[in-house]
This record gives sequence, C-alpha cells and structure tokens, in this order.
Amino acid sequence: MLVPLSWLKEYVDINISVDELEEKLFSCGFEVEEKYEVGHDVSKVVVGYVEECEPIPDTHLHLCKVNAGEAGVLQICCGADNVRAGGKFPLALIGATVYATAKDHKTVEGVMTIGQGKLRGYDSFGMLCSGVEIGLTEDMYEGAGYNGLLVLPDDAETGADVKPIVGLDDWIFDIAITANRPDCQSIYGIAREVAAVLGTELHEPALDYTETEVKKDGFTVNVAAPDVCPRYIGHYVYDVKIAPSPAWMRRRLALIGQTPISNLVDITNYILNELGQPMHAFDYAYLEGDQINVRCAEDGEKIVTLDEKELTLNSSNLVICDGVKPVALAGIMGGLNSEILDSTTEVLFEAAKFARDNIRKSSRALGKSSDSSARFSKGVDEYTTVMAMKRALHLIEELNCGKVSSTHVDTNTGNSIEASELKVSVNKVNGVLGITVPTEDILRILKGLNFDPVLNGDELTIKVPAYREDMESYQDVAEEVIRMYGYDHIKGTFMPTAEVTLGGYNLEQRTGLKIKRALCAAGASEGVHYSFFSPSSLDLLGLPEDAWERKAIRIMNPINEDLSLMRTTLAPQMIQAMQRNQKKGILEGCIYEIGNIFVPKSLPLSEYPDELETICIGCFGEDEDFFSLKGVVEVVADTLGIEFEYEAAEKPFLHPYRTARILCSGDDVGYLGQIRYELIDELDMRVDSFVAQIDLYKLKKYYAGERIFTPLPRFPEEKRDLCFVVDKDITCAQIEKEIKKSCELITDVKLFDVYEGMQLGIDKKSMAFTVVYTPGDEELTSDKVDGYVSGLLDTLKDKYGAVLRS
Amino acid sequence: MADLNELSEKLSSIKAEIKAELEKKETSKSVFEYRKTIFDSKTGKIGSLMREMGKIPNEMKAEYGKCVNEMKAWAQEMFEEMDEKFRREEMKLRYESEKLDVTMPAEDIKIGYLHPNTLIRNQIVDIFGSMGFEIYEGTEIETDYYNFTALNTPDDHPARDMQDTFYLSDKFLLRTQTSAGQIHVMEAKKPPIKIISPGKVFRSDDDATHSPMFSQMEGLVVDKGITLCDLKGMLDEFVRRIFGEGTSTRLRPSYFPFTEPSVEVDVSCFQCHGKGCKLCKGTGWIEVLGAGVVNKKVLEGCGIDSDVYSGFAFGIGIERIAMLKYGINNIKLLFESDLRVLEQIRE
Repeated sequence: MLVPLSWLKEYVDINISVDELEEKLFSCGFEVEEKYEVGHDVSKVVVGYVEECEPIPDTHLHLCKVNAGEAGVLQICCGADNVRAGGKFPLALIGATVYATAKDHKTVEGVMTIGQGKLRGYDSFGMLCSGVEIGLTEDMYEGAGYNGLLVLPDDAETGADVKPIVGLDDWIFDIAITANRPDCQSIYGIAREVAAVLGTELHEPALDYTETEVKKDGFTVNVAAPDVCPRYIGHYVYDVKIAPSPAWMRRRLALIGQTPISNLVDITNYILNELGQPMHAFDYAYLEGDQINVRCAEDGEKIVTLDEKELTLNSSNLVICDGVKPVALAGIMGGLNSEILDSTTEVLFEAAKFARDNIRKSSRALGKSSDSSARFSKGVDEYTTVMAMKRALHLIEELNCGKVSSTHVDTNTGNSIEASELKVSVNKVNGVLGITVPTEDILRILKGLNFDPVLNGDELTIKVPAYREDMESYQDVAEEVIRMYGYDHIKGTFMPTAEVTLGGYNLEQRTGLKIKRALCAAGASEGVHYSFFSPSSLDLLGLPEDAWERKAIRIMNPINEDLSLMRTTLAPQMIQAMQRNQKKGILEGCIYEIGNIFVPKSLPLSEYPDELETICIGCFGEDEDFFSLKGVVEVVADTLGIEFEYEAAEKPFLHPYRTARILCSGDDVGYLGQIRYELIDELDMRVDSFVAQIDLYKLKKYYAGERIFTPLPRFPEEKRDLCFVVDKDITCAQIEKEIKKSCELITDVKLFDVYEGMQLGIDKKSMAFTVVYTPGDEELTSDKVDGYVSGLLDTLKDKYGAVLRS
Repeated sequence: MADLNELSEKLSSIKAEIKAELEKKETSKSVFEYRKTIFDSKTGKIGSLMREMGKIPNEMKAEYGKCVNEMKAWAQEMFEEMDEKFRREEMKLRYESEKLDVTMPAEDIKIGYLHPNTLIRNQIVDIFGSMGFEIYEGTEIETDYYNFTALNTPDDHPARDMQDTFYLSDKFLLRTQTSAGQIHVMEAKKPPIKIISPGKVFRSDDDATHSPMFSQMEGLVVDKGITLCDLKGMLDEFVRRIFGEGTSTRLRPSYFPFTEPSVEVDVSCFQCHGKGCKLCKGTGWIEVLGAGVVNKKVLEGCGIDSDVYSGFAFGIGIERIAMLKYGINNIKLLFESDLRVLEQIRE
C-alpha cells in the first residue's frame, strides 16, 4: 500500500528520518517494500529569480539574467512564453537532472542532465523548467500543468532548493500489510501504528458535520442478506455541485497514483485510502423507488458496471438494487446506471461492510477486481464503516460541494462498534514469549495501541477497539507486546522444560534414502519431477483406453492442461527427461526418481487416494543396453536384500522382445525395457533409451530391517562350471531355477557365457553356468559334488533336453 | 686324496672355475642351470665332493667335511648374489617395459548424485533428528480441513488468498503447506511432540521465480512450557549447523493463521557476514523461514490442553535453502532433470 509521508504526518507527528521510520515500521511488523522521494529523479533545481529578460530578435527566445542565489547570476536562454523579468521559476543548474519531454512538452521521455548549452549563438548556463520537467502534474501542484514555465510563489527564496517548495521532497512508502491487519489497509491505520511505535500523539481526522432539516421522505434500506452485509449505512446529500476537488486532495490522490475525477467521486476514493473503507456514491436521481435493497443476485441477472462491461451474475453474487434494478455489484464496482455525472445534484452515500469471502469469491469468479474489492476481501470493520460515513459527510461540508440531509439509515445486525473487554494473565503473556517484559513496558505499549490497559495483580484488562478484530487471546496480546517491545529481546533457550525424545528416521524412511544412495553409486543421478502431468503423457505410453493408469485424479483448476492430472506412472516424465537431455546434446546418462503415484479409490474423490511410492529409472546412451538397466534394477534388490525374478513381458511403449516384468516372490513389482523405436523417433531422441519402474510400496513386506550375521562356512566352497546345449528358446531363468532346485547347498548360480553356432545346430545354443556349492556342517568332497551334478544333469536332460557340452 | 693340501688346491681351482663361469652368465636362468650342474650330487663339482668322503681316511674326515661345507656355503652365497643381481636387472627391464602414461584418462566409473533437494533435506533431517525430532511424511493430497480449517484458516479467511490452491474436489486439494501434517500428528499423538515433516507442496503459481511444486519442511514442538525463546534458540542452532558457525537469526513480526505470535526468520548473510552483498541485497540478512508460537486454537482443535501445553512451529522452504547454499539461480532447474545440473551439485 502506498503511503505519502506528508499525508501520514497529518495524523501523527513524525520527527525521525525516513530511514528510521522504515526501520521502526519493519520492527513492528510492517515491511516497507520500497520507499522513494517523489522528486527522486530531479536534482540541482533551485528557485531562479529573473532579473533581466530581453527578447532575442527573430526568435521566440528570451535572453535572461537569472539570479540563482549562491550559484550567482546566470545567463539563460529561454523559449517559454511566460518568462518575464521579476518572475521566479525553477532553474536547473548545470549538472542538474530533470525530465526530458517529447515535442508536446507533456510526455516524459526520460531523465536528462543539464549541460552548458548554446541557442542561436547565445550561451545558456542552465535551464528554466516547466512543471512537467521537474516531475509535477497539475494535480500535484497548481499551475504545474501549464505548457510553459512553472511559476513559483513570489516569497520563494531565490537560490533555494525548489523541491520543498513544490512538494518534491515528499516521500512515498510502499508498505506490505499482513492478512491479520486489515485495519492497517489505510493511511490512518498506519498512522495509528506509527503513533504507537513512536509514542507520539495520534490526530483523528475531523468527523463533524451538521445535518440540515431536509429529509428524503420514504427512503428505506432493506438488507435481505444480513449474513453477507452485516451493516449498510446510507446518507442522502443534496444541492450537490460537481466540481474539481481542492488542490490538497487532488495532490494526495495523485501521489498514490489515482487520477482525481470530481469532488464527489474523489471523496469516496480519498476515504478508501485514508480510512480503508470503500464507499460508493449513487446519483440519487437515477435510483428508482426511493429504496436500496441489498440482496443476492438472481441467476442470470445482468449488470453493466462503471467500466461499461456487462456481467452475468448468479445467486452467490451480492447486488445493491434500487426499487427496480441492480445499481451496484456490492463491494466490487458501481453500476453505470447510477454513476456520478457532472449534472448530478443529489447523491446517496453508501458505507457498508460486506463479508470478505463473498466479495473475494465474487471478484474472482467474475474476474472483476477493484481497490474496493481488495479492501473488502481482506476485511473491513464496522467501526471504520461508521467513521467513514461521518468523514464523508464532513468532507462534503469542507469541500462545500453539497448539503447533508438528515436522512441517515444505518441497517445493521447489532454488532457493537464500542471497544470490547479482554482479560488476560500477564504471566501467560510472558509465558508465550519466554521472557519477562517489565510491567510498565507492557502498560505503555498497550496504552500506545489504544487498548486502555488496567492491571490488577496478574490480571490485565484491556479494551480492544472494534477495529482490532484480530485480538482474541493472551497470545495476541503477547504479539502486540513483543512487536513493540522488540524481538531483539528474545534470547535463545533450548527447551529446558521439554522431555527428551528419540527422533530420526524410522526404518522405512531410512530405506528410501539407502536406495537413493545405492542408485547413485550405480551411476544414476536423482531427478525430481512434478506430481502432475499431461493427459498426453498417457497417450505417449500408448496405454489402452481402459488402462487403470488413465483413471487419474484431475486438478479442477490446473495452470494448464499439461499440469492437470495427478500422475499414475512415473515413466512419461522420465522419458521426457531423457528426451530433454538428448536434445541438449547429452547422449548418455542414467536418471532415477523416487516419487509417488496417485491412485484414486473412487472418482470423483470421496476419500484419500493411495499415494504409492515408486521408483523410476531411465538410462540412455550408445553403450547402454537392456542388461545395463537390469543391473541398476538389481542394485535395488541387493540394497533391500531381496531377489527379483524376470520374465518376458509386453508394454505398448517398449520393445516387444526387450521388455521384462519384474517379480518378487511371484508378485508383479514392475517392469523394465527398451523404449520402442517409433517413440524414440517421435520424440526426436537420438540414442537407445531404456526405462524401468519398480513399485517400491509393494516391496515393503519383503525386506527385513536389520540383517543377522551368518557364520562363515567351516569348509571351502566347491565351484563347478557347467555348459549345456539346449534349444534356443529355453531361457536362462528356466535353467537357473532348475539348477537351484537341484541341491540345497547351492548358494549361487550365474550364467557366464552363451554361444550359438553352426556346429551346435541351428536351433540350439549353449549356456555356461558357474554353480557354487557351499558346505554346511560337513566337508564337501569332490565326489559328493559330482554326485549332485550328475543328478542335476539327468533332470535337465529330462525336462529341457539339455546335454552337457564337453 | 692324499692330504689336505691337495684338497685345498682342488677347492681353490673349483672356486676359480665357478667364478669364471659365473662371470660369463647373462641371465638368471643360466645361473640357475649352472647351479644345478655344480650341485648335482653325482656329477656336480661340489655336489660330488661329499661322495668322496668314503675315500678319505678317518682321521681326516672331520677336516674334509668342514672344508667341503665351507666350500658349499661359499658357492651358495656366490650363486645367491649372482641370482639377486640378475633378478634386479630383469625386474628393472620388466618395469621399464610396463611404463604407463599416467596422465591418460581413468577408467570411466560412473557415479550419480543425489538431488539438491535430497541433500538439503538430509542435512535438515540430520540436524533435527539429532535434536530428537521424528520424521512424519504426510500425503501430497490433503483435505481442505487439514490444510486450512484446522490450521485456523476457515473458508472466509483472507489468508487463503495468500496461497493459490489446486483443488481436486470440494474437499480434496493438493496441500499448499506441509503444516497440514501438524494436525495429523497432534491428533494421533499426545505431547511431548517433536516432529519435522518434509514434503512436496503445491501452489498455482508458475513464473520465473515460482514453481507450481516445491518442497517444504515443517517443524512442530509441543510440550510443557515451550516459548518463543525456545523457538529462537532452536533456530539459532539450526542455522549455525546448516549455514556455518557464526550465523545468527533475527526474528521479525509476520503473520500465519496457525501461529501467534508469528515471525519471519532472517539469517545473517553467510556470504558477507552482515556487511551487505548481492546475495542479501545489501541488508546483511536473508529471509529463510516462517515460524511462530502455535496458536492455541490449533492446539485445542486437536484436543491438546493449551493451559498445560504450548508449542512452536516453523516451515522451511527446501528449494530456497538449496538455491541459497548452492547458488542455483532458477528454481525450475531443479525439476528438469538436466544431467548437467544434477551432476554439478555434490555434497
């Protein structure tokens, strides 16, 4: 929120520097996001007194002798039509910075530095300036809009800095207001805080006015929706004379970036910024039936707002109506049909409180926001609503732009605007903070905040002004005290009263990290992808219409379609990650992600869906193949101390003959495979790429936590290398399984060679395995092992026709 | 053999012969072969000497044996010496033949790297884990109640505007803050409570400095007599451990619906140590987290007696810390799995 220092000073005495003020505001909870001097671009501009002024023949120029005080009397060439001897004008000295304007002398094009110049052969040692050139507008300083020199008052001291004279030395603070302090969404609200933090006096704006005896007979206000409009105050004003606002008001509005319009409209805008209460003025002549009805809109009801846009409303929108039609979208924007015009002679002022969520939701739904809706959405208090109406009527009189009738209607639900009592324990307040704030400081601080504190033993009674709707308990009091007392009084302690607790990861959490570390050691780097993806991701995988993955949870308000579905598989984002890397010229690599997939129990969601922890691994590169990825998958099994089995499988996006299902104790726990060439081409990928997905959540039941030591065998192991010739389509897994089954002493079976060749026959291949026999309590003799092997050979021959290759 | 003189002469000539022969040898293998012939018990010049013991008169036998043994010892020493010399030479040759250019590249053993988020998360978990905090991982999909209402943010609360929420239905949403976990923990467990709750959170914000998904770590302590000073003490310890010795915190007033008082916590700039630099925008302080004393309404909503127990909570942005610590300039880089990024950040 923009706060001009000069405006703030109307309500509170500030006798510290702007930097100190920023510091004070910061310390009590109001961060100044930016602060700047109004004339920050302008420098070295002084009051110049024109002593002599002679026209330069055949030009529009004048050659002047200008007294610049300490800078001496300077020769200046000036082309303005209002330059004259005896006048005082802003004089930019050599080295000064002022605004450069376009040919129209109005449009600012940038900042320029004044140098010594020569016009038509005459030296000029500076420049006499217009209002625009020193950053002023007519609204900021009377006469600044003139297309010529800015005329300074005769009593301006020659040679003095021009800034204080025209108000360019004013400062603007842009202050962030937290959501719990809607009462500070105004300059007066900030002033209350400044007075408290500085310990200086607060000056309330004038609220007095005199009602005439004139009445608008029969005028009524009917609030049909008191839950969303707890207070509605209307006051009739007549003999209105629409005119420009006085200079002081126009200047203040201009300083906060608002364009003054006319006295009546400006009063409402002024109060919105001064007190934080949005107000509205209706041209009474266009209100039909002498009544105001506050009600919910009918479905399909239409209104044209001040910005000439037609809106179609529904029953969740609140409207202000006259006897016949809607005349305003409550709290958001007035209707065009009752707008204040130059011809307006009678006005109904509105000050109301509307429920913050109603305004927020309507504003969002209709895509229509305004300063008013922003204030209402954050919350407006009825204390201020009442105060604002008084202030508006005061300003009507002060600006002499109308007469205040005695038709005043205050429709409310009985909410008090008086201060309410809150009793708290001082011990509890200090208990929150962990320090003991001296009682006199507590009382001083609370007094400064208008809480009128009274202390009786440990019991502190405060009177909470009605605008402080945030004050509810001793915790709130503690916050008020500490933000004013200073957070630097809080000294670190280390929970001296707390019990000792264990802490750290549990087994499951440790396991996740263990897998990550193992995968890193295996050469894969960890990636993190969004939990949502595009519906097209599922098409990318070529999943059939009825695939379970397509029953994904939809985000109702996604940023865009590409981020609209909660993911049911990690594979598409992994494939896209590999694609992105390859596009950037990275042609080999390995990435993994451990993240959740989201599986709804029902759609639309009626209970928490399953969030299932899943591992996805992608690898790509010329040296990579199915088995290198399988190696990484095995790392997961090894880390968990479990065993995976594999069988050929099919996935629409994977190579039909290079895809495997991963099994753990017979459970399907994932897959791995090479990405289909069609997909590689479609995605402009450049090298063979592979992807695996492992359902980590299914593995939990198989891995044990701590492993128990197995004593080393007392006798040496026996190894046998066995080479079989079998039919080509016999798989490694089939033989392996058979070997393992053959003897309980076998602790490892590993394929070490596969050979296909003419001498074996066209349909045959040989497979060579190393088999390890680990003895138990008895020594394992060679003969014994030979016995096991020959039994194994018989079985393999019977089952698979395997023949030992010599 | 008539006498010892004769023997002595014979031994001397053998010695001379061995010496001469050895000098001609060029390889350890030829020395080895020669040694075999010399010591052969039948034909060897030395090996055969003992066979002649039978021919020696008894009274000379002792003396003879002694001389022969001395001879044997001498010869063995000669051969050892010779052997050693050749072995050294041969080793030298072997080493020379195996000379490597050690500056050639290493065998390519690839290792991968943990994501910066995981690195930071681990560091934070280690710090708080050692202080007795358990880890609670909530769900990414939450209900409106746990994410907002139970955290003192009812439907009409303006703080809801502070967070653009992704809704999945009227009731379910993507959690906007890991604070949602607080309530589950307090409902399930009675004090003493010390937990941290790391996880992904979501807000409908997607621009140069915002990602619609990011990570937070919520911390919650509820016990008897917990105060704002305890929060400060613990955060001081935390920033010291994560940003280094000499780092301190500054509290300043802020607002979160579920804490009262609420504070923003700034950390003294660990790059310039308060002098003012680009990282801290010249202020000497960097905003790192939000915190506060748990609002008693939140405790009471979870059935915890606020007259007996109090607590504090804090929320840390993981990416924020990662970006500060590692100097990463764009949050989006963390979610693109660009290997050039992932392989750069190491613990």
